[in-house]
Amino acid sequence: MSRLNEENLRIARQIISAYPKKKSALIPLLHLAQEQNGLVTNEAMTHIAELVDVTPAEVLGTCSFYEMFKRHPVGEYQINICHGISCHLLGAEDVLEHAESSLGVKEGEITQDGKFSFEGVECIAACTEAPCLQVNYRYINKVNADEFDQLIDDLRNETKTEIPKHGTLANTRQKIPANKAAGPAQVEESSRPIWLKRNKEE
Amino acid sequence: MSNPSEEIDEVSVIIDGQEVHVKAGEILIDACESAGVDIPRFCYHKRMSQVGMCRMCIVEVDTGRGSSLQPSCMMNVSEGMVVDTQSELTKKVQDGVLEFLLLNHPLDCPVCDKGGECPLQDQTMAYGPGETRFVEEKRHFEKPIPINENVFLDRERCILCDRCTRFADEVVGDPLIQFIDRGNSTQVNTFPEDPFASYFSGNIVQICPVGALTAKSYRFKARPWDLEEIESTYPNPLGDRIVVQSSRDQVLRLQGLDSEAVNWGWLSDKDRFSFEAFQSEYRLDSPLVRGGGLNKAEKGGAGLVASSWAGALSIVTDSLKDVNPDRVAFLGGARLTNESQYAWTKLAKGVLGTDHVSADLGDELPAHVLLGLPRATISELCQPNNTIVLLTSDLKEEYGTLFIRLRHAAKAQGVNIVELSPTRTGLSNVAAVSLHPLPGEIGNVAEALVTGDIPREVGGITGEEIANAHEYLQNSNVFVVVNRSSIGQSTTPIIDAITSFQKLDNCRFLPLVRRGNTMGALDMGMSPGLLPGRNTLSSGSAVFSDIWPNLPAKEGADTKQILQNAADGKIDTLFLIGADPISDFPDRSLAKSAIQNAGTVVSVDLFVTPSVYESDVVLPAASFLEVNGSHTNVEGRITPIRQKVTAPGTSRPDWMIASEIAYLLGHNLNIDTPEDVWNEMTSRSAVHGNLGYPHFDNDQNGHLITATGRIPFLPSQERLESRPVDSYAMRLIIGKRMFDHGTITQMSASLRSLAEASQLRINQYDFERLGIDEGTKVQVTSGDRDISVTVKIDDRVPRSCALIYANLDGADPRELLNEGSHSIDIRIDPTVRA
Amino acid sequence: MTIPLITTSRWGIEDGHTLEGYLRTGGYQGLHRALEMSPEEVHEEVKQASLLGRGGAGFPAGIKWGFLPPDVWPRYLVVNGDESEPGTYKDRLLIERDPHQLIEGCVITCYALGLSQCFLYVRGEMAHGQERVAQALNEAYIKGYVGKNILGTEFSVDVILHWGAGAYIVGEETALIESLEGNRGMPRLKPPYFPASIGLYGKPTIVNNVETLSNIPWIVEHGGEAFAKIGAEQSTGTRIFAVSGHVKTPGVFEVEFGTTTFRDLIMGEQYAGGIRDGNSLKAFIPGGASAPWFYEEHLDIPLEKSVVDNAGSMLGSGAIVVMDDTTDIVKACHNVVRFFSRESCGKCTPCREGTNWLEKILDRILNGYGRLEDIDLLLDVCDNISPGISWPPKQTTICPLGPSAVSPIASALERYRSEFEAYISLSVDATPVVLTGGAHE
Ligand SMILES: Cc1cc2nc3c(=O)[nH]c(=O)nc-3n(C[C@H](O)[C@H](O)[C@H](O)COP(=O)(O)O)c2cc1C
Ligand code: SF4
Ligand code: SF4
Ligand code: FES
Repeated sequence: MSRLNEENLRIARQIISAYPKKKSALIPLLHLAQEQNGLVTNEAMTHIAELVDVTPAEVLGTCSFYEMFKRHPVGEYQINICHGISCHLLGAEDVLEHAESSLGVKEGEITQDGKFSFEGVECIAACTEAPCLQVNYRYINKVNADEFDQLIDDLRNETKTEIPKHGTLANTRQKIPANKAAGPAQVEESSRPIWLKRNKEE
Repeated sequence: MSNPSEEIDEVSVIIDGQEVHVKAGEILIDACESAGVDIPRFCYHKRMSQVGMCRMCIVEVDTGRGSSLQPSCMMNVSEGMVVDTQSELTKKVQDGVLEFLLLNHPLDCPVCDKGGECPLQDQTMAYGPGETRFVEEKRHFEKPIPINENVFLDRERCILCDRCTRFADEVVGDPLIQFIDRGNSTQVNTFPEDPFASYFSGNIVQICPVGALTAKSYRFKARPWDLEEIESTYPNPLGDRIVVQSSRDQVLRLQGLDSEAVNWGWLSDKDRFSFEAFQSEYRLDSPLVRGGGLNKAEKGGAGLVASSWAGALSIVTDSLKDVNPDRVAFLGGARLTNESQYAWTKLAKGVLGTDHVSADLGDELPAHVLLGLPRATISELCQPNNTIVLLTSDLKEEYGTLFIRLRHAAKAQGVNIVELSPTRTGLSNVAAVSLHPLPGEIGNVAEALVTGDIPREVGGITGEEIANAHEYLQNSNVFVVVNRSSIGQSTTPIIDAITSFQKLDNCRFLPLVRRGNTMGALDMGMSPGLLPGRNTLSSGSAVFSDIWPNLPAKEGADTKQILQNAADGKIDTLFLIGADPISDFPDRSLAKSAIQNAGTVVSVDLFVTPSVYESDVVLPAASFLEVNGSHTNVEGRITPIRQKVTAPGTSRPDWMIASEIAYLLGHNLNIDTPEDVWNEMTSRSAVHGNLGYPHFDNDQNGHLITATGRIPFLPSQERLESRPVDSYAMRLIIGKRMFDHGTITQMSASLRSLAEASQLRINQYDFERLGIDEGTKVQVTSGDRDISVTVKIDDRVPRSCALIYANLDGADPRELLNEGSHSIDIRIDPTVRA
Repeated sequence: MTIPLITTSRWGIEDGHTLEGYLRTGGYQGLHRALEMSPEEVHEEVKQASLLGRGGAGFPAGIKWGFLPPDVWPRYLVVNGDESEPGTYKDRLLIERDPHQLIEGCVITCYALGLSQCFLYVRGEMAHGQERVAQALNEAYIKGYVGKNILGTEFSVDVILHWGAGAYIVGEETALIESLEGNRGMPRLKPPYFPASIGLYGKPTIVNNVETLSNIPWIVEHGGEAFAKIGAEQSTGTRIFAVSGHVKTPGVFEVEFGTTTFRDLIMGEQYAGGIRDGNSLKAFIPGGASAPWFYEEHLDIPLEKSVVDNAGSMLGSGAIVVMDDTTDIVKACHNVVRFFSRESCGKCTPCREGTNWLEKILDRILNGYGRLEDIDLLLDVCDNISPGISWPPKQTTICPLGPSAVSPIASALERYRSEFEAYISLSVDATPVVLTGGAHE
């Protein structure tokens, strides 16, 4: 069952309610689906389409535009090795080569145990820490071959627990207490905000 | 150019060194085109919003701040603008874009359907660099994939112009095809296993600038240079303008013709692909008579067998010899051209002297509504700030291109739509107000809406909702579009509603008809009491008496009465002119018994419909692709129908059949060509004036006849009492689907499978009250009548209502109709009785 | 004058990202101060500060704010935290280490301009950043710095944390808006040139970069004039630069804007510490991957917008990437071109097809299948994407991404053409391997 589960459906409704237009919640909801299933399934996209009142094709159009959404399985640990210019200058290609030989799979493939997959990605904004990579979007800076192997061991032995399974994005979510919410600024509501009004009158 | 207001709206610009005057604010690419300068383009389409994606139309433009490169589809002209479409830089950029587009485009022009009419191919000849500098591998995709039953997509040929996807989303609101993936991998596709189920999918084939989208019905059939084409009209109620394309006397394709007044180049699939029916093996190609070609039809005897025209016609004329005019009746005629309609009316009312002539099959609005209300054109409806009230069924199902025009009006032309439809429709999400009065209550709802005298609740609508809608009737021009939204509701509440709207100042109407040329049929007198040109039998006989020898003595019966008379054995000869009452008339058993009990039943048709099957003599007629003539649409717009191919076998134009029968009866109708009809008709019809034939030849908008008031609308004297639905019952809506068991759809290979099976549709709330599974068969009863049908959840249906579409496979909702009721209540029994 | 740290002052403070740490170090003083002023006065301070946008284009924030059409409501604020331009590394640190400063900047901006809702768009890959912002927002809501009746006033605004999902082009402001609307992140057509008139949901919208907004609390607290006194006349305040690549001590530095030079940053001991391993400088990218390259002779140019513009490049997003003499220029060039090719949104033909073609030609040259005519071909394809190959670039495209791919090629070929030729001279075959066929499956 890869539609959103009960709990995630509740979260999804909350997310939707923060936006003036439902469709704006599309990307966050796709993340939610990916967090639940490790990837974005067709069923999840159909469910999201229902939730935000668009067609599944529209959800797919958006989903497929963004790199982070995986519509095919990836490893439990998706390793994104930066090959942006700064990392390139400091040996990103070596890291990629090493990953391939060390994991025994090619870019985009999954190791037999289902744990790992890797790919070269564009700049991940850690340029001064080159060469660097992300495992499930957690940074590992200035990696060399040994450190890479150590990292794989730690992940395989589950001793590096701060890295969640693929799909989990942020461990903390924004929560707006009901009594503190200003509420979404509805597109149709066309009056000058009250704090500007007050000032005008003064 | 002498009109001063036009001059004010003009600016002068310099295009390639020539000063020209163009409309202020016009899009540059269009302005250049009207100045005779063609700028290449792929993504730009004048009936859709601009996206500026292909970059092919880039030219050098100087608006006073130095010249710069600008996509001409994204720029509006302004005074003094200097445009160079031929400069070296322009050329270089256009060559560059073209080269880019060709990088990944396969070189399969010789096997491509578009080859020969492909803008990309044409541009390449005209602009592109001769030889490819791209030596790497091209982008690969699986070759054509079906995106629905009728359309194939070849993603390798696609140049990502966004026309198809834009059309789907913007024009028809079916965003089921999308750009998928990003950058160089971008492709058009549907969601997996969710086809492009759009009623308008053929349009994307027409507008695709390359051969990426192809229609199943046309694939590999012909090369464009073999095609001959002619501009014509599709004889549907809107009279959509078309181009008929053929090769070797076979129609291969219908394309939409861009007429400003009507369809803007669009067509619904039902019409576009229907040409297949007219060339199908099912087409009648010789007369048939019952029982072995004997001179006398054998009632209940053997089946229909082929006959000669002489043989068939002699049976017809025998049945008419010395017949009492009161015992002859004619049903149908909406399929015909105006000219053929005139010929048949002349035969019936001028020669045989019967007024029992009716084109209505019991599901149209009364003639006084169709002819008596002040009419508006589609374009008049779509002016900014207008309010359009829809007293209609789902236009997307039945009036495809009108749906498109109104959707555009609501989205882009500042028109407010107030929808009062039995269910949510394809226009609901662009409507300013969408309300769904209980069937039977529309008159009461309209009264409150118009007067602003607002009760707490009426017809299932709250006072608040009505008050909100009432606002839209203030300070704007109000137009009412109305049709027979459900045959489960009588015309009385609709007339009540119209009566209310008539009280508004300057309110104008666009009453819709169900069948193709019903408007023409009325104007040609195919209705009891009417003569051509909106003359009545009582006051207009003098107009015709010199050329119509035997005008009827008294007003004839309407459709229902004609059928009743036939069923009662009071009709000796019943003509069905393209009419299939067994399938269409609300009371099916009456229709059946009429046909069985009439003396001789003569069908003039293209196919063996259920009614044709029961007829005694069948005369094969030519279709609109095979005749010349004209069509009248719901606006009263007359446009030409032009012959493109020859009719199969010995089938003949309808007018010729009428003329022949008259001749055999010893009368000369004086009709040898459609033009003869036209000349006679226009000489007598003040409505048509002296329109020359074919007057409207080259005007894609045709000619509008505007006379009103000759046949007055008969307002209701008293409004129908409100009749709430009790809590155990549901009110029945009988809808129409674009694809159903209608003959043409069923005879078209591309369309046949698109018709669904009959279902009872109710909303989630009512469904849950039933406590059964979706798809369960239930017993539906109304009084002592019942049908069994499966249930489907459909949240477009309002609470306490149930929708069944007519003329689908399975349960026939007509079985539930009750003589004389204004609306039908049903009960649903979850357990089907054995 | 010693230059204060304006935006990075809390980077060294362990709990600078918490509300407690933030308040302890003077946080939310700008907001208090702002609420004592009228919205117009706050806007005036920002104008006075001449704060240039830090997202890449360097447009003055105060002036952009003035483009909001009067009396069209609601208006929105969209914060551009999509940082993905290769070499750029500063917004992520501002988000992770000082989220409250950013939030404070957002709230003040909404107050000043009457913006009714703020969307803080954080690049999807920055999971930690999102956590930090979420935590900070949660605290700030509870204490009334954000949300309904901020600090007990009538001023209310929600700040919504929004996640991206991986697409560089979404950093372009109109693509950002499309993405925020749940669409494919494809840039909108210009005009309108600024979303200030027609933006999110078709309503007036201010889009500002994370660093830009992180300056706002300081400006409001200390006054626009104080800010304008720092830096050069037209490039005021301080600015954050990331220096990466072949330097001894790569790092992210907040320096005085407009007066500091490239030499200071790249060679200075307190900054990047010079070229690594005693090597010499071959080239450097002064402002992110889109910028034409600079060389030795440009080192003394100050980090001043107009001076750098006039020298034929741009400061862009504050990303300085240094290449030493061991650098394989063809590979570096290929790397940057590949980036643009992969990140093209695909909307317009020259960018979608052209950048991909450039990448393929470079691929071929690197793989030993180069032909001498490929160099002219590269330049001609560049010319078709950006006619004239000049700076600032002319474009046949909707947004500047396509033309950005031209910069590295033009730069590399101008100075190091011989390296391309060297590859080509080693080609195994003068004719390419893969020839196109209309192969059908
Ligand atoms: C291709 C492209 C990518 C961009 N990426 C970013 C980005 O990641 N972050 C950013 O703040 N601005 C980016 N920009 C600039 C934005 O369009 C916009 O100018 C900026 O967010 C405005 O904020 P500012 O005025 O505060 O600088 C990009 C522009 C382009 C053309
Ligand atoms: S399929 Fe045709 S219409 Fe659709 S985007 Fe491709 S080229 Fe354009
Ligand atoms: S230039 Fe490239 S990234 Fe920008 S809109 Fe065009 S295709 Fe998209
Ligand atoms: S026709 Fe103008 S950009 Fe495509």
